[in-house]
Amino acid sequence: MKHFDKDVVVVGGGHAGTEAAHAAARLGARVALVTIAKDAIGVMSCNPAIGGLGKGHLVREIDALDGLMGRVADKAGIQFRLLNRRKGPAVQGPRAQADRDIYRREMQSEIASVSDIEVVEAEVTDFHIVGSRVEGVVLKDGARISAPAVVLTTGTFLRGVIHIGDVSREGGRIGESPAVRLAERIDDFGLPLGRLKTGTPPRLISQSIDWSILEEQPGDDDPVLFSFLSDGAVSRQVSCGITHTNEETHEIIRANLSRSAMYGGHIDGTGPRYCPSIEDKVVRFADKQSHQVFLEPEGLNTDLVYPNGISTSLPQDVQERYVHSIRGLERAVIAQPGYAIEYDYVDPRALSSRLNVRDIDGLYLAGQINGTTGYEEAGAQGLVAGLNAAAAALGKDPVQFGRETSYIGVMIDDLVTRGVTEPYRMFTSRAEFRLSLRADNADQRLTPLGLEIGCIGAERAKHFHAKTDELSDGQRRIDAVSVSAQDAASQGIKIAADGRKRSGRELLAFADVTFYDLIDLQPDLDDIREEIRTQLKCDALYAQYIDRQSRDVENLRRDEAHRIPRDFDFEELSGLSNELKQKLLRIRPETLGQAGRVEGMTPAALTLILAKIRQQDRRRA
Amino acid sequence: METIFALASAKGKSGVAVVRVSGPRALESVEHFTKKVEPRRASLRKLVFKGEVLDEALVLAFPAPNSFTGEDIVEFHIHGSQATIAALLSALGTFDDFRLAEPGEFTRRALENERLDLTQIEGLADLVDAETDAQRRQALKVFSGAIGERTQIWREKLIRAAALVEATIDFADEDVPVDVMPEVRELVGEVLGQLRSELKGSASAERVRDGFEVAIVGPPNVGKSTLLNTLAGRDAAITSEIAGTTRDVIEVRMDLNGLPVTLLDTAGLRDTDDKVEAIGVERALVRAKEADLRLILRRQRDEPAMTPIEDDIVVVSKADLDGGDFSALTGEGIDRLVDKVSDVLAERASGAGILVRRRHIEAMQKAEDALESSLVGIEDGFVGAELVAENLRTAVSAMDSLVGRIDVEDLLGEIFSSFCIGK
Repeated sequence: MKHFDKDVVVVGGGHAGTEAAHAAARLGARVALVTIAKDAIGVMSCNPAIGGLGKGHLVREIDALDGLMGRVADKAGIQFRLLNRRKGPAVQGPRAQADRDIYRREMQSEIASVSDIEVVEAEVTDFHIVGSRVEGVVLKDGARISAPAVVLTTGTFLRGVIHIGDVSREGGRIGESPAVRLAERIDDFGLPLGRLKTGTPPRLISQSIDWSILEEQPGDDDPVLFSFLSDGAVSRQVSCGITHTNEETHEIIRANLSRSAMYGGHIDGTGPRYCPSIEDKVVRFADKQSHQVFLEPEGLNTDLVYPNGISTSLPQDVQERYVHSIRGLERAVIAQPGYAIEYDYVDPRALSSRLNVRDIDGLYLAGQINGTTGYEEAGAQGLVAGLNAAAAALGKDPVQFGRETSYIGVMIDDLVTRGVTEPYRMFTSRAEFRLSLRADNADQRLTPLGLEIGCIGAERAKHFHAKTDELSDGQRRIDAVSVSAQDAASQGIKIAADGRKRSGRELLAFADVTFYDLIDLQPDLDDIREEIRTQLKCDALYAQYIDRQSRDVENLRRDEAHRIPRDFDFEELSGLSNELKQKLLRIRPETLGQAGRVEGMTPAALTLILAKIRQQDRRRA
Repeated sequence: METIFALASAKGKSGVAVVRVSGPRALESVEHFTKKVEPRRASLRKLVFKGEVLDEALVLAFPAPNSFTGEDIVEFHIHGSQATIAALLSALGTFDDFRLAEPGEFTRRALENERLDLTQIEGLADLVDAETDAQRRQALKVFSGAIGERTQIWREKLIRAAALVEATIDFADEDVPVDVMPEVRELVGEVLGQLRSELKGSASAERVRDGFEVAIVGPPNVGKSTLLNTLAGRDAAITSEIAGTTRDVIEVRMDLNGLPVTLLDTAGLRDTDDKVEAIGVERALVRAKEADLRLILRRQRDEPAMTPIEDDIVVVSKADLDGGDFSALTGEGIDRLVDKVSDVLAERASGAGILVRRRHIEAMQKAEDALESSLVGIEDGFVGAELVAENLRTAVSAMDSLVGRIDVEDLLGEIFSSFCIGK
């Protein structure tokens, strides 16, 4: 048996890297986490917030598998808000402003507390390659760390170029150097690359903002946290401010568009449509006279404020002028100008659903390098790559996530099947089974998988089993409730007086019936904990729809069960259009279900594939 | 891999029946009954099983891959009596790894072995389904993309509506229009209206295929049976002067100005103490209500015996006696009556929809249900935006299933269920 220094090497200490390293270690792998700067582990390089719609769901899922992001964000959270509070629970997303320093510190201490993770401060310049396998990394000083699996999470470091107006220079985040040599190696692999861009706003000094005249956005009174293990917020809670751009702001921007990196023709990359720069907003929504700006404190002990909504690539002097045109920011001091960053990403269609590069054994990619944006998306990929890298290194089965059980599964499938055309961000609308993939039941959906593969710690396992018992007990008790229409009416619940008695679950299925109503009818339900009540209510509310979707879920599972062999010859299929054949050859779907989601797929083509699989199966049998 | 067998020719008594065997042990099956046969040559053989002659048969062997299924195939051309067929099938059933084929299984194997491609099979399915020239034309209309064009427009509108709803969900924290409801309601309402009229037309499309039902109703002795006989050109119903002569429903299938019509003669509507007649009256009412059109006969002095629905035709009979609209006895006014009936039916036939297959109609009904639910949700003031969105998604995917993004297994099931066993 070959000797390796480690089981898994993780390159990069951002949100993908930390989750990857931690997940691999949880599975029992010996991990080296290689980062250029130890102190930069867990840095939030963009806005100081975690979660949101879709994203909050991802954090909950990471947490359900005993990952880091939720726990750390809960400690660092200085303002918690549950988004879509007035809409249904399936589309509510927890979000928090985070103190950057606390977040980084807590993340570093989490990593440091795991004895199986060795943090190596060095620049990775090359992979150690044996045949067609990656078996470790080569550091700048020539040293080598060998491992059967390497997870690359280098974010925007691949040929990153920073633009501030017409000034541009190479760099990842401000103050760090891009990994050019590693990029060259990726070139040698011949991986398909694309170019994306993203922007940040200027950072402001808090004391220079006139908060007194601005609208205040406080957090929720009863904070909803990320981790299933957290009890409440620990950091002091603060408010954000809200202000707006105006005609004068827009005029300044319009007059200087030619000096914007983006509009001056310096940038080729594609930016996200859902997070446009202020230049974009002014140009594309010319009839809008004002845009919202959220003033988000970057922490409790820092002067920095992140003005969310005015990211830009205009020159510094223009940034100052337009910032000063905004109410409350008339005398605002810019601590660091906004900038746009362009970077290469690897077309994720070159990856398998385990996030390993299909043609290069042992190499896994996670995070922004795969064309995504956001800490949560990165963290979730880190988790998937870390688990699978460790599983492969330790000779365990791959860890797969389905679209019907998790947002993680939705994201991975979207990435490897459809690729990206703009930085990929999670939305709840991407999940077709959104009504069952809720933030409240992420543990019920995923912790059992975690227990099965062995990535769940003792504390969470205990907590999970206790909650599951409480849930089934609560379910049994509300099912046993039997209420006549008349009794229900006494609590103001109107149901058809058809003589049939309703169970507690049936009553909770009505949107306007709360658990408190149920307690009024059946007082002994009072001892059910709030968390349990919430989930019982959510389950009942969507039961009818989820039931209706069960056929779709079944169909999906059945199609996913038709595995397409790795050596399946799409070339040999007769009767496929050339275009479709090219797509299939590039994506190489792993299952019939995935093939069905390839753009432009036809039923006839799917049937051909199915027929061919069956024929091959038969020959093998 | 099992070897499958089935009767390949039509069921029932016939001169010759063909039993087809396909699979790895097909060629072996011959040797259970007789000596080996030469491939692709008809051999006349006595089939002996357990010491008993089953039949004298023509035996043909088609070794793989040059056969219908791409596997080894043997065909036994036997005498087409039920007993002979049963004896051979049950003998085959006793062999190891042999079983009766499932419906369409030969075709399925042909597909899997790439002997037929999917389009060929779809074509075959439609050919098998088509009974009349009108159906062939309907199928052609569908194949030329009529459904696709229509659903494409609906789909775009619904996706727009869904996008508006989704925007309020996924971008709750950002600058998005708050009140998208009016536009969503308009889009959904529009599609729902068109969908409903298309579904309405689908019923006519079905009638074009199966024939329209026209019920003749009225009080006893008003001349219903006489009219039926006149129209049919033969004495299909017994007529007499005794009121209540017709007791059961009498059906006559006929061609009315080119339209397939089933005429129903029913018992006269009246209160009666006669048990048998009462049952007849009850039956008359039920069938009359279910019919596509009612021809309500009355006497000059009476009100119609039942309330007309939609295009129902009310006429006064016995023009020869009381000066009514027509006389079945003299033939007076009959042509006008026939024109009236066929005008109504022709109008409906012209509105025949493009949704001709059960699958199309079911998918559109699913979409209709979902759209109705989403409208309820919208009127609710967006209490559950995610449920409105869910319903829109269901509607769109129902449409997708029509234009192509259909579940593979369902499609296969649909196709193969169109095939009779053994074909």
